Amino acid sequence: MSQDTADQTDESADTLADDVGPNRLLSSGRLRSGLEYLGLGVTGALAVAMLALVVFDWLQTFPGTPGAVGETGFEAYESAGRVVDSLLGTNVFWVSTTLRAVATGVLVGVMAPLVGAFLVHRQMALIGETLAHTAFAGVAVGVVVAGALGLSGSAGQLLLVALVVSAAAALGLQWLTAHTDTYGDVPIAITLAGSFAVATLVISWGEGAFPVAIDIRAFLFGDSAIITAGGARLVAVLTVVVVALVVVNYKQFLFITFDEQAARVARLNVGWYNSLLVVMTAVVVVGSMQILGVILVAGMLVIPSAAASQLAGSFRELLVLSVLFGQVSVLAGLVFALLADLPNGGAIILAGVCIYLAAVAVSGRSAGQLSVH
Amino acid sequence: MPDIITLFTIEQIVQNREHVSAVELNDVTFGYGDTVAVEGVSLSVEEGEFLGILGPNGSGKTTLLHLMIGLKQPNRGVVRLFGQRAAEFEDGERVGYVAQRATDRGDAMPISVRETVLMGRFPHAGHSRIGGEDRAAVERALDRVGITDLADRPIDRLSGGQRQRTFIARALAAEADLLALDEPTVGVDVDSRTAFYDLLDELNAEGMTIVLIEHDVDILTTHVDTVACLNRRLYHHGDTASFLESDAIEEAYGRRSGVLDHHV
Repeated sequence: MSQDTADQTDESADTLADDVGPNRLLSSGRLRSGLEYLGLGVTGALAVAMLALVVFDWLQTFPGTPGAVGETGFEAYESAGRVVDSLLGTNVFWVSTTLRAVATGVLVGVMAPLVGAFLVHRQMALIGETLAHTAFAGVAVGVVVAGALGLSGSAGQLLLVALVVSAAAALGLQWLTAHTDTYGDVPIAITLAGSFAVATLVISWGEGAFPVAIDIRAFLFGDSAIITAGGARLVAVLTVVVVALVVVNYKQFLFITFDEQAARVARLNVGWYNSLLVVMTAVVVVGSMQILGVILVAGMLVIPSAAASQLAGSFRELLVLSVLFGQVSVLAGLVFALLADLPNGGAIILAGVCIYLAAVAVSGRSAGQLSVH
Repeated sequence: MPDIITLFTIEQIVQNREHVSAVELNDVTFGYGDTVAVEGVSLSVEEGEFLGILGPNGSGKTTLLHLMIGLKQPNRGVVRLFGQRAAEFEDGERVGYVAQRATDRGDAMPISVRETVLMGRFPHAGHSRIGGEDRAAVERALDRVGITDLADRPIDRLSGGQRQRTFIARALAAEADLLALDEPTVGVDVDSRTAFYDLLDELNAEGMTIVLIEHDVDILTTHVDTVACLNRRLYHHGDTASFLESDAIEEAYGRRSGVLDHHV
């Protein structure tokens, strides 16, 4: 990291003097991108391993051969957890709830920064915060729906309702922004407060009317204890969908993010891609809510990309670094939270903030910018 | 049924025989609420023309440019882009547009020069992968505007003039037939500005149709071959020589405007 820092500073200094040693720049750039792609590969492998964990966990619920395969697979992860435990001197990583929390965390650490990179540069950083509040209202509505239909009200069911409510709110918000003359953040603030108001009313009313037990605190602040097999499965599906959508629509998202008007002139369906992006944000938010909590979800969308923006020299590098920083925050935060017996959400976001501050300290991007003009 | 076929073919014949302009505005009016920004403008831009739009602040120049390329729909009148109604025009890659201060975008967003130019290929590629042909077009465009050596730099490390070249390269990579530029040299130093206009002259000589907004009358009239002088309505539209002889600028800017003393 410190080697990288020195190269970064030299690079900008060279550029400013407009006397670039091309060979040095090239070799340091190569080392840097090599390390980045290595990190990305490790993250990818980790994410695939976590998807497999969720699949094994799911297979376990079936009878016969699939069930046996699931059990064997899951046991392998438990053994891996024991190895981690013996290394750290703990006794938590082999527990199935911990494994599910790690899986959820790793997957959230991939999809949230990926979508967040576009949001940050569309100047839509706060939309995640708002959609988290609508998702919270969705959970409250889910309690009522589950109660009324006589369902169990499991985390998976509540999140599914939250997903629908949040996606609908995302589209509503999009419409409101397009059809009002106020500044862009006014409809966002109104939706944020409005949906939280709905949530408080529905929860108070639902608690009295239906016998569904819901741990509001866990949804507000994030708690690995509420991550059920169903919840982890939902996150796994959502991650695959979100990553696939970003891959397929990368060019279109990049174009509208960088230059919306030129994208319109190029006859891209800007309205469609904007809607897709906000709905994807809603999806990410609902997926991240269990582990981060409503109030901290926006942090995972914004902080890794903000840190990456300080260092990256291209958009591709921005995406790679965002995912890496997101992943490091999640893993460091989870381990810290487990060791110290503190909430995940706070630990993960704080780890992200530390990375961000370090990125600001080493980049000197804003300083470089000012002297170029 | 036979009647319809006959009508259709006649229309086709008429269209084929008719000469198609790059842009054609017919009695176009556009307003924001009750405020009329552009009123009763009719003009056409022929392929290969270099049109400069001139007018005081708030005279509707940007609105007119947006109407021309279909970013705004007129309240009255018709706009045609390469013979098609601008609202229905679908060949996005044929128009390269650089918005006012578009180049500021790179300040906060990390993006390299090559990535920016590659965007010109996005309308061609759609959802399919960027291929060798796309990459070759990007390299040609970078080379044409002379920024190949800057290709891997982040945009925020470029000067204003270099950034403008990047955006022109994006349009070239798209193989655009029409360049629409809104005050492209704001914030660009004088030398780079001259070099930038020389580049536009070259591209125009190679057949590129260019429409640009420029507030500097001197530099505009040195380079463009047609001038449209606008202040809500069109005060003059014709070749540069006829514009310089006319009183259009006094009329458009108002007789007591300080701008006049300098230019007349």
